[in-house]
Formats: sequence, structure tokens, C-alpha cells
Amino acid sequence: MGAIQGFEIRRSSASLRGSATQLRTLPVVAKYIDTSTCIGCKACEVACQEWNDLPVSQTEQVGTYQTMPSLQASYWNLIQFREVDYQGGVAWLMRKDQCMHCADPGCLAACPAPGAIVQYQNGIVDVDPEKCIGCGLCEPGCPFDVPRYSERTNKMAKCTLCVDRVEVGLEPACVKACPTGCLQFGDKDTLLAYGKHRVTALKEGGFAEAAVYDPPGVGGTSVITVLRHGDHPEWYGLPKDPTVPVAVSLWKRILHPLGFIAMGAALFGTLGHFMTVGPKKPKDTSTTSGGEV
Amino acid sequence: MTNGWVDIKNADVVLIMGSNAAENHPCGFKWAIEAKKVRSAKLVNVDPRFTRTSAVSDVYAPIRPGTDIAFLNGIIRHALATGRFHEDYVKLHTNATYVISDKFGFNEGLFSGFDEATGQYDKSSWAYEADPKSQAYSVDPEMKNPRCVFQLLKKHVERYTPEMVERICGTPKEEFLKVADVVTSTGNAQRVGTIMYALGWTQHSTGVQMIRAAATMQLLLGNVGRPGGGVNALRGHSNIQGATDMAGTFEILPGYLATPRGELTNLQTYLTKVTPTTLNQQNWASMNYFSNYPKFMVSLLKAAYGKAATKENQWGYDWLPKTDGNYSWMYLFDDMYRGNSPGRAGGTEPGPEGFITFGMNPVGIGPNSSKMINALSKLKWMVVGENYEIETATFWKAPKEYGGPDSSQIQTEVFQLPCSGFAEKDGTFTNSARWLQWKWKAIDPPGQAKTDQEILARIFLAVRDLYRKEGGALPEPVLNMTWAYTNPVNPDLGEVLKEINGKALTDIKDPKDPTKVIRKAGEQLAGFGELQDDGSTASGNWLHTGVYTEAGNLAQRRNNADPTGLGMFHQWAFSWPANRRVMYNRASADKDGKAWDPTRPGIVWNGEKWVGDVPDIKPDSPPGQFGAFIMNAEGVGRLFSPSLADGPMAEHYEATEAAIENPLHAKVTSNPVSMGLLKKFKSDKDKLGSREDFPVVCTTYRLTEHYHYWTHHTAALNQLQPGFFIEIPEALAREKGIVNGGQARVTSARGSIQGVAMVTKRLRQLKIDGKQVWHIGFPLHWGYAGDPKHLGPLANFLTPTAMDPNTWTPEFKTFLVKLEKAEGKVA
Repeated sequence: MGAIQGFEIRRSSASLRGSATQLRTLPVVAKYIDTSTCIGCKACEVACQEWNDLPVSQTEQVGTYQTMPSLQASYWNLIQFREVDYQGGVAWLMRKDQCMHCADPGCLAACPAPGAIVQYQNGIVDVDPEKCIGCGLCEPGCPFDVPRYSERTNKMAKCTLCVDRVEVGLEPACVKACPTGCLQFGDKDTLLAYGKHRVTALKEGGFAEAAVYDPPGVGGTSVITVLRHGDHPEWYGLPKDPTVPVAVSLWKRILHPLGFIAMGAALFGTLGHFMTVGPKKPKDTSTTSGGEV
Repeated sequence: MTNGWVDIKNADVVLIMGSNAAENHPCGFKWAIEAKKVRSAKLVNVDPRFTRTSAVSDVYAPIRPGTDIAFLNGIIRHALATGRFHEDYVKLHTNATYVISDKFGFNEGLFSGFDEATGQYDKSSWAYEADPKSQAYSVDPEMKNPRCVFQLLKKHVERYTPEMVERICGTPKEEFLKVADVVTSTGNAQRVGTIMYALGWTQHSTGVQMIRAAATMQLLLGNVGRPGGGVNALRGHSNIQGATDMAGTFEILPGYLATPRGELTNLQTYLTKVTPTTLNQQNWASMNYFSNYPKFMVSLLKAAYGKAATKENQWGYDWLPKTDGNYSWMYLFDDMYRGNSPGRAGGTEPGPEGFITFGMNPVGIGPNSSKMINALSKLKWMVVGENYEIETATFWKAPKEYGGPDSSQIQTEVFQLPCSGFAEKDGTFTNSARWLQWKWKAIDPPGQAKTDQEILARIFLAVRDLYRKEGGALPEPVLNMTWAYTNPVNPDLGEVLKEINGKALTDIKDPKDPTKVIRKAGEQLAGFGELQDDGSTASGNWLHTGVYTEAGNLAQRRNNADPTGLGMFHQWAFSWPANRRVMYNRASADKDGKAWDPTRPGIVWNGEKWVGDVPDIKPDSPPGQFGAFIMNAEGVGRLFSPSLADGPMAEHYEATEAAIENPLHAKVTSNPVSMGLLKKFKSDKDKLGSREDFPVVCTTYRLTEHYHYWTHHTAALNQLQPGFFIEIPEALAREKGIVNGGQARVTSARGSIQGVAMVTKRLRQLKIDGKQVWHIGFPLHWGYAGDPKHLGPLANFLTPTAMDPNTWTPEFKTFLVKLEKAEGKVA
């Protein structure tokens, strides 16, 4: 994607610092997801595919309402459906899975290619395919299992928070398409306040453990999620207390200051990857045929 | 909808029952979410399956398919027993105080007047009693008379205790009472509740009575006519409301005027039969607005036949097609299937030899697919206007299991005419809220495809030419048909809408002051109040009059000003009737014309006139002059309705294929009137299954990701829902050895289909009348035409020829099957 006009880069992979001057006071943006008013209609999935010109995947009915088992390099937005035994009945939980745009992005920390993953000053974490070397180290770096390696392009791909729309003052495509308003976009502080208001209403409505999911272990995220069952994020497929993996943070905190230069890091990463796990394979696609492989 | 989509936001309680609004109406559902978020409204959902609607509801209760009347009557009983109903409203705006004939009775599942031989009711004993002195309706303002509607209703629902609800519906008593408490919390002036329903209520052999029960409940709670209230039908297609308004079924003409039957040989006989009279001349009289029927009918005839329609020839009444029998879906296909064989269900003439179908997929949408496919194979010819090659167009190569003849034996000549899709033509959509909204063409139809109106116009003009050249029997209806479009072969739909609205043919004088002209000859009419029965006005549909006036095409309005603050948006598009946003809105006010709830006024009396929404009453009639329900001859809402075919109050009957004996009256288990109709369906395909052979209850439905039988031709949506599946409760799957993602087979008396099993917690194990009765279900979107990777069985292969006796709507939502594990790979 490169540096988007109007966006300054706060952080950049395999670099000591980003190019942000901090002169301009841009707010951190966020996408708000209220799972208590999400009806799992998948309009966001289609909007994401269409706006980003992603090809149609061949899927197969395997006994679930969920479109496919997990995100793919060409499928960046997936409603996850889960049935949970709850109070003698069932809770059917639907959560929009996508890149969480962490304030401390594990993918960025793990990435050995200088500038391949950047974090803009507004909090969006983006990939620059021109600089991505396709090593796949970002995958284990992510506590949310989001980035996907594409064999077609030999690059990593994920949700960009529609940086190309946000840049020109539009909301992300998924937010635009959402019929119930369970998706919203704006500055994070405002949306956090709104989320707290919703949580209060949910608590009054009998969900005592309702909460906004904005995990501190990754510095908070630019995708915040309202959960009826805030004490059980795992019911929604969210890690309870996500952190950047130890190995990745070690690499970031110790090896970087020791003077690893960016290119060396990239080489190390790539060679290391090939030596230990061999060429990168796509994510499990056993239950989908064709599509992004 | 009595109210509208946006109005849902004004509700304190939203009961979603007989619909899966979140999945099938996701855009409109935003207003239920809005009510929840802004007003802290309670969303209550009662459904056999825990759906995506249930997932965001505040209260969910499971129910056995087809038992909604027992549930609703249980709530009505609860409201009456606890006093949680709106008594002032009930006395003022309903027929609770009206006294019914002493011949009325109800015994062992049958209302008075049932004739075993014909299977029909003589409804005369359900009539209102006239006061012997005044000959007006007899009423008891105190509602103590044992024969007044209030007491009759109370007695009728007394049997529906929470225990009986649990026995019939399977809903545990506590869960039922939780729903009943929330719903009846609106039985007062301060709170309002709404109902959202759809095909989950209409597609039963007791469908109309389910809606009757809902209307009774809403009237009792004082929720009809008020913003945030009503009984709201969610229409399943973008323009199904418009189709129904414009004579979507055989028994109605545009504007819901009755199709004349053959025995009504002249206009006067017809008008005498259809125009209601009222006894209500007392202190609370009825406007009996349908006394204007002759104006609507004569204007319709003038729109159809123009100058050729004169007073002398009864405005061309003789040229209107008359019916000699029932031509609803199942009758039509029975006629087609049985050809000239005697004892057919429908008409007396030989079955049809040709069939024209546009914008629908008969092989998919009718029950009993095998009968449909075999019926089409008897035709000489069929014309299919479609944008895909659908199952109907390719019925002759349907897979063998559907039991159709070998294609070498089929003589039917099929013509497929490529048609434009909805985005490839302009025109209006009329939504569930009765809004006629203009849409503009986005792109041209591809290739040789033409718009529907061009195809129909070309067929009409060619037929007219043949009549002109060759003559023939009864040429007048065709030769005299008005066809004054600028481009006759491809009429502009704006001109058609103008014609539907109607215009003055000669100057129309003010009835109060004949020296004044209220509408000059040639001008578009401003509303149906201007229609005349003397041939001076023409209108293609009285209900739509006001949509295209001298001010232009109001369906194109997009002004979102909302001075009411209630989301009425009077300058957005046009809402029939008369741009009214809430029907029966007089009932939103008390006897003095003050709003029941001043924060949500519908209309209020300001001393001179009614203000707020477009009043559903004469605008300058002071409170007390007329009853609020102007379309009913008695002027009030009906807790007891003497007009339906199968009873004046709703009673629980089991489905046609009954899973149990009716616990209320075992001798009359299913709807007796519906069962009476079925006696006429005697073909080898009209098979019903018994609960011994087919012990599992089954239901069918749609999914958010697909649109009817259409979108399995669309790759982007196939990606989201790639194929057919069967939803099975976990414990039943265990019993049958079926695993999630494995294969299962479902068989009914009509057919057998196989698909991927979706084993789920969302279908509950319910105990019915002391026994374990399982229910399963599957969606209906697939067929044998289209992308080979996304084919699937026709859901209606399994559904029976069974119907509601008022609307003849098929019973798709409850039938009996057996379930087995099937061979095949586990996904």
C-alpha cells in the first residue's frame, strides 16, 4: 500500500521507528462491532469481497452457517458462528472475524521485511505487498490467527480496515453495508464510550458480564467488540488475554537493539523459516475446494 | 403492515412470531434493533428453531410448528385473567360490547353451523344481534351480557391454560409465562407493542386464524392503530405487496375488489353483493367506507375500457372475466394435472392447455413438486419469462426421482423469453409498509432480453391484431382495452402509474357547492375521495390513487423531513391508502380525541380537525361521530369476526398431517373446513402421511444469504450458502446415528430427499401431550437447474397438497416426515 497520502507511519516492520513526525494530531480510528445486535447476515462479507475485488471462493456445506472454516488470503472478513449451551437453552454467537488492528501488532513485530507491515498514526495496520517477502512469520506473530499467506501472490494478505476508503473520508465497506448498525466506524475514544453505554444497557438487560473487548495485552485494538458474555471471549473465538508471543517480543526487544539491520533480518527470517518449516503452505483448506490456494 | 418498517422503532415490545425477521428481512429488522437500543424495547421471539432472530432477542421461547394459535390464545387468556388488557380501548374501539346471535355456539371443536357433508360453515349464527327496538346493533357497554363478544371470547380462551399451552406447543410453562408477561405489559395506555409475522403464520391450514388470533390479542391490548403497535405482515419479496395490490391472485381485482363470479350476471347484482351495509346508526356510527365500492369499481372499468365503457353497457362489466370455480394455485395445478378427467378440484371447464409464467418458478414454489412437474408435462405449450433458465423451463429434464414422464413422452412446447431483472427496468416497488417507491433502471437488460412490460405489450398487440383480422368469440374485452401509451409496444411505466392513479374524464363538481369544480377534465386525481360512480373518473386501482397527481410522480419523493419525530416521513414516496403511515390511526386516540400516549400520538383532535398522521377517518368529524375502523361496517375492530370461512374466533387445530390427536377435541383434530376442501383433491399424487409412518414434524424456510429459487445462480451468494442442508436436533441425530456434516434422508408421503445434516442445539427437544415429538427443518433455495456445483433437492417435493381454507395458501410450514441416516461422505 505504501505510505498513504495524509497518513503518517507510526511504526514500520524491521525498522527502529516509523516516519511519524507526531506533528499532526490524528485520532486513532476504530471499527466497533456489537455482537449483541449482529444478525450474522454476512452483508459485511460480501461488501468486503466486492470492494476489495477479491475472487469468489468455492465453498461447501459442511454442517454450519459459517461461510468457511477460517479466514483466507482472499477472504478477510468472516462471521464465525458458534452454538454454546447457555442457561438451559442455547446461545448462538456470531462474531465478525477480521484483523483486529492491534495497537502493538504482533505481525508487525514479527515481520523481518522493512516496511512490509506498517502502522499508520491513526492505528490502522497495513501491508505493503511490494515489500512483503512472503516469509509468513507474521502468522505466528498474530495472537488472533489473522494473516494469511497467498500462494497465488506469495504475499501476506488481510483486512486493511479499508484504508483506501478511510483515506478519503469513507467508512470501511463492511460498515457501509451493515443493515443493523452493529458495525460502526469512527474515532476510538468515542466508540469506546458508546460501547460502554451499550454494555450498561446489556447489563440491565440481564447480561451481567457484558463487556467491550479491547485487550490490553496487545495495547488495545482498533477493532473493538461488544460481547454479551464478556467473561467468555473464547465462546466467540477470541483469546481471553491475547499477547504478542514471547519469541516475537524477544526478537523485537532484544535482537533489534543489538543492531540487526533490516535486510539482515529479512534474510534471517526467510532462511530461518525455510530451514525450520520449509516453504509456506496455505492455511488448512481441507474443507474448501479451490478458492485462494 | 398496519404500521410500517420505521414505526417498529416506536414499540416497547416487539413480538416476532411466525417470522424470522432478522434472517429474511435484515434491512427492515434494523428498526427492531433501533427500538431495542433507543427505547430499551424487549424483543420477544417465539419460533420452532432458535434462529438468527432469536440470537439477538431478549426473550426466546420454543414452540412446536403449527401450534401458534394455542400459544396466542394462551396469552389472550393470561391478559383477561390478570386484567393486563387496555379496557378503555377495548370498550371504545372493538366489538367487545356487541351482542352475538343466540344461535351461536361452539362444541367439541366445531362452531355452530357446520355442515359435515360440504365441510363448510353456514355463518348466519355468527351474526351480530340487532336490537329489537332500534334495529341497530345490540350492545352491552358493561360487557356483562354472556352473549357479548367480550364474554364469548373469555369463555372461548378459558381452555388455553399455561398447562394446555405446554401440552400442545411443547413450550415449558415458565417460558410461556415469561413471554405472556412481557407481551401483556403493553395492555395499557402508556405502553405499546407490535407484532412482526410472515409466512410462518400464513402457510398453515390455520394460517388466517393465526393472524386473527394475533389481531384479537393486539386489539385486546389496545395496540392497533397506535404508533409502535399493529399487526405487521412482512412481505417476502421486494414487490409482493404491489403484486397483491394489483390483483396478484385470481379472486381479486386491483384494489382488492372481488372478481365477479359467473352467476353475478350484471353490475348491479355484483355491487349489491359486494357493497356492505351497516346497522350502525347509533351514537358511534360507522363511516362504512366500503359503501363507496361502486365508485371504485366503475372507475376501474373506465380505466380498462375507456370510451367503450358506457352507462348503457354497464361500463363494460360483461367484458370482465368471470370465475366459475377456484383458480388458486393447488386447484389450478390439479386442473392441469388431471386434464379433462372428471372430479377435478377446480373449475368445470377442461384443464388448461397452455401456461404463461413470468417472474416465478412454479416447479419450485408449489407444494408437491412431483405433481407440478407432471402437470406441466400435460400442457401443449408453456411460455416462461425469466432471466435464468429455471427449473420450470427445464421441467422436462427433471431428475428421475421426481417421477415425471420420460422426456421423450412429453409433448409440451416450451418457450423461454429472456426477461430483464429488477435492476434492468424502472417502475415501483411497494414494500411491506405499503410505500410505493419508484426505482430507476441501473443498467440495460443484456443481449436480447426485454422488459416484462414490453413482452406483455407485444403479446397483447399481436393478439389484438388477430382479433381485428380474424374476429372470434367475444373480441370486445381485447378490442376495447385502453392502450393509450406513447410507445404502445413498450409502455413507459410512469404512464402506467399515472393510469393506475386515475384522472377526471369530465369536470368534477364539489358536492357541497356544485358551482365549484374540484377537478378539471383530464387532470390527475388527488385521492380516492374524488372517485365517482357515474363514469366521470377512471382509476386502475383506487387504493393507489394519490400516487401520481397533478404534483407529479409522488413515488419518486425522497424528502426525509419528519416533523412528527416518529419516523412517518410523509414526503418520502407514497404510502397507500392516502399517504397514511399508520392504518386505523383513529384508535391511537381516546374518546375525546386525545392520544393514549402523548409522547407517541398518531392523530389527535385539535377542536376542528384531526392532526398528525393522515387521519384514517373523516378529517373534520369530531370524536364520537364515527367508529375508528371505517372499513368495517360496524365501525369497530373485531375480537370476533363473522366473516372468515373457518370460525369467528381462532381455535387450535393440528396441521393437516397431524403429529398428535388434538388434545382439545380428538374428534376434530385438524381444521374441519380445510379438511373438507381436501376431499376434492383425489389424484394419485395427493397423498397424506400418518404419524405412525412419518413421526417427525418438518418445516421449511429461507435463509438470509439467498433469495427464493433465484440466487443459486449467483456465485457470490453460493459462496455464502453453498448448498442444501437439513437441520436436526442433537439428540435425534444421536438416536439415528447421524453426524454433523454427514448425510441424512427425509421422506414424506410424497417424496424423499437427501442432504448434508446440520446437527444443532438450536432445535429443542419438546414434550408434546406427554410424548416426545421431534421437529426438523430445511431451507428451500435449491433445485436441479443452474451451476452443477450448487444443485440441491426441491424442498417442496415433500410438502403436501393442504391449505388454508380462506386464502388457499399451501401448508408449507408443518408436515410429517421420517428421518434416516443416509450413505455418503462426511464433509
